[in-house]
Amino acid sequence: MQDKIHTSYKQLEQRSKYTNMFLRWFLYFVLILFALYFIFPLYVMIVTSLKTMEEIRQGTLLTWPSGLNFDSWAVAWGGRGYGAGDTFLKPYFWNSIKMVVPAVFFSTFIGAMTGYVLTKWRFKGDQWVFLFLLFGCFIPFQAILLPMARTLGVLGISNSVIGLVLVHTVYGIPFTTLFFRNYYISVPTELVKAARIDGAGFFKIFFKILLPISAPIIVVTVIWQFTQIWNDFLFGSTFSFGEAAPIQVALNNMVLSSTSVKEYNVDMASAIIAGVPTLIVYVLAGKYFIRGLTSGAVKG
Amino acid sequence: MKTLKIDELSKNFGTTEVLRKINLEIDEGNFLVLLGPSGCGKSTLLNIIAGLETINEGNVYIDDYNVSKVEPKDRNIAMVFQSYALYPSMNVRENMIFGLKQAKVSKEKIEEQLQKVSKFLQVDALLERKPSQLSGGQRQRVAIGRALVREPRIFLFDEPLSNLDAKLRVEMRREIKKLHQQLKTTVVYVTHDQTEAMSLGTNIAIMNHGVIQQNDTPENIYNKPSNTFVADFIGSPSMNLIKGNLKQNSNQISFVANGSNFEIPINGYDFKEKSNLENKEVFFGIRPEHIFSKKSNDGDFEINLRADLSEYIGHEQIMTFDYENQEVLAKFPSTIKIELSKNTKLYFDLTQISLFDAKTEERI
Repeated sequence: MQDKIHTSYKQLEQRSKYTNMFLRWFLYFVLILFALYFIFPLYVMIVTSLKTMEEIRQGTLLTWPSGLNFDSWAVAWGGRGYGAGDTFLKPYFWNSIKMVVPAVFFSTFIGAMTGYVLTKWRFKGDQWVFLFLLFGCFIPFQAILLPMARTLGVLGISNSVIGLVLVHTVYGIPFTTLFFRNYYISVPTELVKAARIDGAGFFKIFFKILLPISAPIIVVTVIWQFTQIWNDFLFGSTFSFGEAAPIQVALNNMVLSSTSVKEYNVDMASAIIAGVPTLIVYVLAGKYFIRGLTSGAVKG
Repeated sequence: MKTLKIDELSKNFGTTEVLRKINLEIDEGNFLVLLGPSGCGKSTLLNIIAGLETINEGNVYIDDYNVSKVEPKDRNIAMVFQSYALYPSMNVRENMIFGLKQAKVSKEKIEEQLQKVSKFLQVDALLERKPSQLSGGQRQRVAIGRALVREPRIFLFDEPLSNLDAKLRVEMRREIKKLHQQLKTTVVYVTHDQTEAMSLGTNIAIMNHGVIQQNDTPENIYNKPSNTFVADFIGSPSMNLIKGNLKQNSNQISFVANGSNFEIPINGYDFKEKSNLENKEVFFGIRPEHIFSKKSNDGDFEINLRADLSEYIGHEQIMTFDYENQEVLAKFPSTIKIELSKNTKLYFDLTQISLFDAKTEERI
């Protein structure tokens, strides 16, 4: 009897070992498959951007380029050097930087302030204010195009980088407020009480006590806002044209308006250039992004 | 001059009444504990004293000066919080001097205060550390230190020990007691822990539903609870409250429990008023520790009760007896053996009893 049980346990052990091994390999297989699937377009883009037009016509999508040829990158960034009709990314790239930096800064800062007030300086009806702000997250972009265009016109900043900064700041506040409110609600209010007894005022508490412990959520907000604003096409194409356009609009113009042959290598290089800044932000701060999203209360 | 005086204070959040007509006074150097179950308004009262909450009615005076509308920082108070509330981004030194810096005290004075207090609390070796690098006890000390450097008139403590583990809590309790003995400062201390209240307070104000039930010395709170709430709240296990009636024959006053056929003579009881006692419905209150298994005083009343339940807790045991379908708990040393389901002779120490009116639940 005792022996019988013993052997059957051994069998069960064996069986579960094989099952586990099979499941593990299956898991890896699926994961690798998906990884390849996601990396594939990037591979095609990079490879194509490094080929000459000759190579593109002769080879397939997957063919390895004959050498590292950055000519198409140079064209995408700096143009060919002949006057009219030559669209290239460089000026619009700087437009986008000039738009994204202040817009991210202001929307993050205002969101932090609002979140601070909504959690630590509660007032009558503050839940309603928060609710209406949240509502802003759900308004479709298209719905505000006309009123916003009119507003920018009245303010005299339509078709300018400043106008786009304003649009993105205003549209970002609901999101940034949501982030900061949810972060600050987990910070013990006793901190604020202690600081008040110590004699610190509204701004001092914000700058000296709360902001220094907000790094994780600041990173999350900055990444979020940067990605949103950098990748925005709708506001950019609606509220700006010509020289004031941000990079995504320029990219579109460049790819669609080429009169002669489609230059796939230049198009691919341009698309990568337009996408690289968000990638850099993710690589630099991605670690904090996960940490910030999952971090809870501040201990002690 | 009273260091702190609270006059007819009321507070409500919306329609919820949190504090109702509170009156309190504290003399210089006293240690007042606000004790009560959660939701009784004790923390709100403390926040009001600190100036962190507004007042609906009434006034708060510190040194006879009406501070009801004065900012927290100008009230000359300091507060220690349950979560310590140390500023996470600052090290111990910065935490402790933050208040002094806000008050624009001179650098030399700040440094002097910091050295004095950090030595006194033995945190001088930790000055460069961040709060996250400190243990619970050390955080607690720094939090107290942050309050001490400001040399306030009144210290406010909001459940400062409830985040510590049991052993550390007892240690820190003694330290706070020592601190008070050495510095002789005025303290208002909020807790829901009766042991803390009893051991620390020179005065205890027991609160329930926003009303102070009794404000007295720990001895009086324990021995002469002013109503059944206080009697029930203080002591572990709490006081037995046996329902019954009073009998008065000429000069003899006695108590008869509901359903019982014998009288307990209570001539020695110190009645507030000795009239209208005949047939009065009362609670007869006796603490478990005042019921003995052997006769110790001549005045002890002998009674036969059936033992129903025994709870062994190491140094002592808590026995539950049946007194005409009312439970009576008694505390004995664990060395005494009592058989369950059998009648046992018990002795009530009648000098230690309390009587309460069954209707008003007030002490008579």
